[in-house]
Amino acid sequence: MAILMPKVLEVDWGIGQSMARDLDKDMMLNPSDRGGRRSTRRGISLKALLNNYLLRHIQTFFYTLGQLSARPFSTFMTAAVIGIALSMPAGLNLLLNNAQEVLQGWSSATQISLFLTHKTSERQAKKVASALRKMPEIAAVEYISKESALEEFSKHSGFGEALDALEHNPLPAVLLITPEISQEQPDQIAALLDKLAKRSEVDIAQLDMEWVERLFALMAIGERGVLILSGLLAIAVLLVVGNTIRLAIQNRRDEIIIIKLIGATDSFIRRPFLYTGFWYGLLGGLIALVLVEISLTLIATPVRDVALLYRSTFELQGIDSQTLAALLGVGSFLGYFGSWIAVGRHLREIEPS
Amino acid sequence: MIRFTEVSKRYSNGHEALSRISLHLPAGDMAFLTGHSGAGKSTLMKLVALIERPTNGQVIINGQNLAKVKRGGIPCYRRNMGIIFQDHRLLFDRTVFDNVALPLIIAGHGRKEIGRLVRAALDKVGLLSKEKVYPITLSGGEQQRVGIARAVIHKPSLLLADEPTGNLDPDLSREIMHLFEEFNRVGVTVLIASHDLDLIRELKKPIIKLEQGYLAHHGDIDAEGAGSGLGDRSIHG
Repeated sequence: MAILMPKVLEVDWGIGQSMARDLDKDMMLNPSDRGGRRSTRRGISLKALLNNYLLRHIQTFFYTLGQLSARPFSTFMTAAVIGIALSMPAGLNLLLNNAQEVLQGWSSATQISLFLTHKTSERQAKKVASALRKMPEIAAVEYISKESALEEFSKHSGFGEALDALEHNPLPAVLLITPEISQEQPDQIAALLDKLAKRSEVDIAQLDMEWVERLFALMAIGERGVLILSGLLAIAVLLVVGNTIRLAIQNRRDEIIIIKLIGATDSFIRRPFLYTGFWYGLLGGLIALVLVEISLTLIATPVRDVALLYRSTFELQGIDSQTLAALLGVGSFLGYFGSWIAVGRHLREIEPS
Repeated sequence: MIRFTEVSKRYSNGHEALSRISLHLPAGDMAFLTGHSGAGKSTLMKLVALIERPTNGQVIINGQNLAKVKRGGIPCYRRNMGIIFQDHRLLFDRTVFDNVALPLIIAGHGRKEIGRLVRAALDKVGLLSKEKVYPITLSGGEQQRVGIARAVIHKPSLLLADEPTGNLDPDLSREIMHLFEEFNRVGVTVLIASHDLDLIRELKKPIIKLEQGYLAHHGDIDAEGAGSGLGDRSIHG
């Protein structure tokens, strides 16, 4: 990223022949100027003014980059602070997204237990099961008879002997329904549950999803936490950039006074500082990207191990293009905005006297 | 070009730097502003350059009432004048060319035009060969000439110079003053604050003399002796 542009360093506020020459030659940005004498000194034509204005912006844009790369160490330090601040919410958000991915898989494995009424015979139950299998919303139906339910219960509950004392089996037969994967939406599953509960053979229809819902609720807390953290760290970025720009303004105090005396407008003076802030933010975003990718690589192996224990082939999702764009966009915006605040506060104080 | 009407300036510390100054410098004139240090020369210059605003009275420059120029209008107002400082106030991290080009860049001129005008201005002050040099390598007189080139590059109608020869030896000072005369000859109004009375006498231009904030004399150098009172002796009314 650190494109060194030594030539650019001669200029400031987009000032300077060398840069202008390069730009003009390379980009043909200033066609109206070729007429040269057409624009008289007091009445510069509007088109020429606009062209020159654009050219200045582009010059300042690259000039500020050149200036930053002339002091790579201090630039890197500031950008790294911004990068670390940005990487924390970005990384946590990525982890949350991954967790949601995992949960999505689990919630689709949600099962509905249909406890059948005692009157329902085994034959009727099997008929219901085969009828349900034909429903498009249902992927699989498993029939658990009263007897096997009792057997399983006595085995796992430790009440085996007590149950033996009972005259008849108190447990109902159960149909375990696995909904179709496309029926992942909670309301769709709820509708299915309603439909099944209305059947006469069904005593109770129960959704085994409460724990997933609880997890989702916990995730919502996590999301909110990441949001708060993002807000705080965004403020931190603004402060870092603001302070850096404030120092830059103080360093160039004399220069600012001189060009104010020559008739520079506030926006002209502001421009290089705003672009500097922009570059800091963008560099910070890039550093954050690198940090997040490194962290992901570091935790990828243990995550794969855990997934293997669960017989899952789950892989951590890296930064997608949307997150990348958000990271760089938010970074450069925060840099620009932080600089804007600092410049607005401090430029007014610097007046010739 | 410059008209002061009953202008007073009192600083916030209570010091009254200018007291009821009325004077008029017509367009195309050249005049010297003299007086001991602390007489109010700098304050008067600052009022013209809108670095300070008067406590009382009216300042009209080039037909423009400065009281009506708001903060946002100051840059535009200053582009009509060239200011030369005793300490040159050059940007030392930029070449002579870039220093002189500053006013044009600020005003948004095109690159080719800038090159042409900068070289013309440097030629005028005799520094054409030094355009790629950094100001730090120049002598005091050369630095001042860079400052002058920067002040005239955009062809201002008013040229203000605050002690332009303060740090220069007599020969260099004379050279600089003649440069100002040349600009004046092509119609630029020139106001020079200076206490170099020998040189001023040589040039035979009208003087404005301040004494402790009051206008002591306004007129020809030869009549200075008569102008020791506190009144306004403006020859221009």
